[in-house]
Amino acid sequence: MSPVLARGPDLEAFVRRDGEGGGRLELLVAGARCAACIRKIEAAVDALPGVAGARLNLTTGKLAVDLTGPDARPDVIMETVEALGYRASLFDPAQAVAAQDQEGRELAVALGVAGFGAGNVMMFTVPAWAGLFGQELNASTLTLMYWMAAIVATPCALFAGRPFFRSAWTSLWRGKANMDVPISIGVILTLAVSFSETLLHGRHAYFDAAVTLLFLLLIGRYLDHRLRASARSAARDLLALQAPVALRLHHGVESGVPVAQVRVGDRLAVPPGQRIPVDGQVEAGVSDIDNALITGETALTAVGPGARLHAGALNLTGRLVMVASARSEDSTLAAIARLMEAGAQSRSAYVRLADKAAALYVPIVHAAAALTFVGAWALGLGPREALLRAAAVLIVTCPCALGLAAPAVQIAASARLFRKGVLVKSGAALERLAEVDHVVLDKTGVLTEGRPRLVDAPAHLVALAAPLARASRHPLALALAREAGLGLVAQACVETAGQGVEGLIQGRRARLGRAAFVGVEQAQGAETELWFGFEGDLKIRFTFEDAPRADAVQAVADLRALGLTVEILSGDLAGPVSRIAAALGVVDWRAGLTPFDKVEAIDTLKARNRKVLMVGDGLNDAAALARAQASMAPGAAVDAAQNAADLVFTGEGLAAVATAIGVARSARARALQNFAFSAAYNLLAMPAAMAGLVNPFIAALAMSGSSMVVLLNALRPGWRR
Amino acid sequence: MNIILFLAPCSIGLGALGLAAFLWTMRAGQYDDPNGDAARVLYDHLDDRPPPD
Repeated sequence: MSPVLARGPDLEAFVRRDGEGGGRLELLVAGARCAACIRKIEAAVDALPGVAGARLNLTTGKLAVDLTGPDARPDVIMETVEALGYRASLFDPAQAVAAQDQEGRELAVALGVAGFGAGNVMMFTVPAWAGLFGQELNASTLTLMYWMAAIVATPCALFAGRPFFRSAWTSLWRGKANMDVPISIGVILTLAVSFSETLLHGRHAYFDAAVTLLFLLLIGRYLDHRLRASARSAARDLLALQAPVALRLHHGVESGVPVAQVRVGDRLAVPPGQRIPVDGQVEAGVSDIDNALITGETALTAVGPGARLHAGALNLTGRLVMVASARSEDSTLAAIARLMEAGAQSRSAYVRLADKAAALYVPIVHAAAALTFVGAWALGLGPREALLRAAAVLIVTCPCALGLAAPAVQIAASARLFRKGVLVKSGAALERLAEVDHVVLDKTGVLTEGRPRLVDAPAHLVALAAPLARASRHPLALALAREAGLGLVAQACVETAGQGVEGLIQGRRARLGRAAFVGVEQAQGAETELWFGFEGDLKIRFTFEDAPRADAVQAVADLRALGLTVEILSGDLAGPVSRIAAALGVVDWRAGLTPFDKVEAIDTLKARNRKVLMVGDGLNDAAALARAQASMAPGAAVDAAQNAADLVFTGEGLAAVATAIGVARSARARALQNFAFSAAYNLLAMPAAMAGLVNPFIAALAMSGSSMVVLLNALRPGWRR
Repeated sequence: MNIILFLAPCSIGLGALGLAAFLWTMRAGQYDDPNGDAARVLYDHLDDRPPPD
């Protein structure tokens, strides 16, 4: 007896156990959008035996289920959610733990503390400013105000400044100076000078400036983090989906294991509709395999016992039992993943605009401050006054506007692209995208819809075969049925996996499928085809091709209008690729490329100093996507491609590619405007501070004013396209 | 002038109270699922308290 078989696969490996019999299971639920969804899903899962409670996070789409004991069954929970009409997938427990956003939390707390400090320190410094302009405020009251400001500002500044101090320290340790170095020195020096001024009953204490500066900078830092974090969590969710369950067969028992745990020689079951988990060989069963996402080939491959299978390919029609011939780390898939990693590393060498600005800014400002101190002392102002002026230089030039310049623009640009259906993964991606001058397009799934469409078939022949086509789940038959529209369905249909479908149309026996299945000797040509015939009658041949997207021609024209050159790199056969290239008027095209050829092609272009945007959707594109200067993937792409890409565009059209480049260019222009403004501001403020014309009131005003200008420039409308 | 010595700590205390409330909402995970919380308030029987951990 085997009660486990009756229960479906055992998915215990995906439950995080707490050691007392209870545990937690995390599922990713797609399609939940409203309060009614929460209610339906939570109520249904709560009612299952062994479930202590279920909670759906609508923002992240994660369903956390607390289990009380061993009688809770993950497979039943998933089935329950799917029966309600939502797609549920398992989440690797290791990934679930890693998903907590520690850094974001720390930044938010620092932002809260800095906000509190900046708001409350004003209570004491505003009266003190009144003293600066000769109002009635005697010296002892001024000192009292400053002391109270110090009590509020110092702990707040020291606490809220920790992210900057830490980053500055790490940067100095590596012998470089990033933007956080002048920020940290500025804040600490400001506090030190303010304390000494207060102790000496002076008038130039900048407690408010130190906290306000941190508050404004933390806004920029937090925005930047949010942008990266949301993209990262999307990528992590995809990654979790990409490592689906492999069904391991052991003494007739099926158990679900994470793909990473599959060993060479394991027997695995692959139901129709699932992806092949690891490389291997078919042991039993016949089916059709869709390799489009692995190699870019549009024609399906029929497989039977002994055939080789590649990880990531889609099993379409029949249930297969396979023997794993490689662990998941050794598969073609893993080789592509390693290439992707290498690509991501080469990309991290990209220097962002803000860092370029910092590299210029840091030495100039620090040299100016040092010069002020030495110069003022030499001119006979005394060490205290000299130090005050040097501090004033650092305070008014503190890179508040510089810190906000790029993130504020990038947030605004990302929000704009999001409304147009483009998901931006990081601010750096926008900067890289703005620089591209050459576009490499994949064919299958990018220029084409990635699904077959019937070509040149007379309507009466289509109508003849349609009743059988409607009974099949094969993609070619589906395309035929789509063409025919609604109508009769054949009787007594039997579908043979990997062969075709047989049934009765108005009492006559007919077959639809492969040439051999229908009774034709030899297939003609390499095109994707399907045969149809009544028993003992003439046989009809239907051919299919991957139809180009409706707006592909327009999209390529748009890209050219932006001054970009366009090239097609495809893994498909030369025939279909040349037809598409001709239809789009693209001269540069190459067909039959392996994933590794694509990477090489990108590298060659890079060596020729071209800045390449790669647009691709397949696993075969993933490495090239990671390698290119910038990359985009359609929402229907495989998870690996979406992960590797900087931007993901949803929706049917290719127009998003040109739109994204336009917005990225505008964003770059705006960020440069912001940097120019900050530089101009510093050019004015620095001499004023050197000459001793700056007091705490002017410093506060100038600092907030410049930040506001930068923010408003980011938010102003008038984006290109 | 003595009134300042009384009022200043009072207002700082109120500000600190606000900060403490913010930190508490962070800890309690009230920003983990803004979309879900907005939806949960619509149904009486949905659990609209923050998640336990």
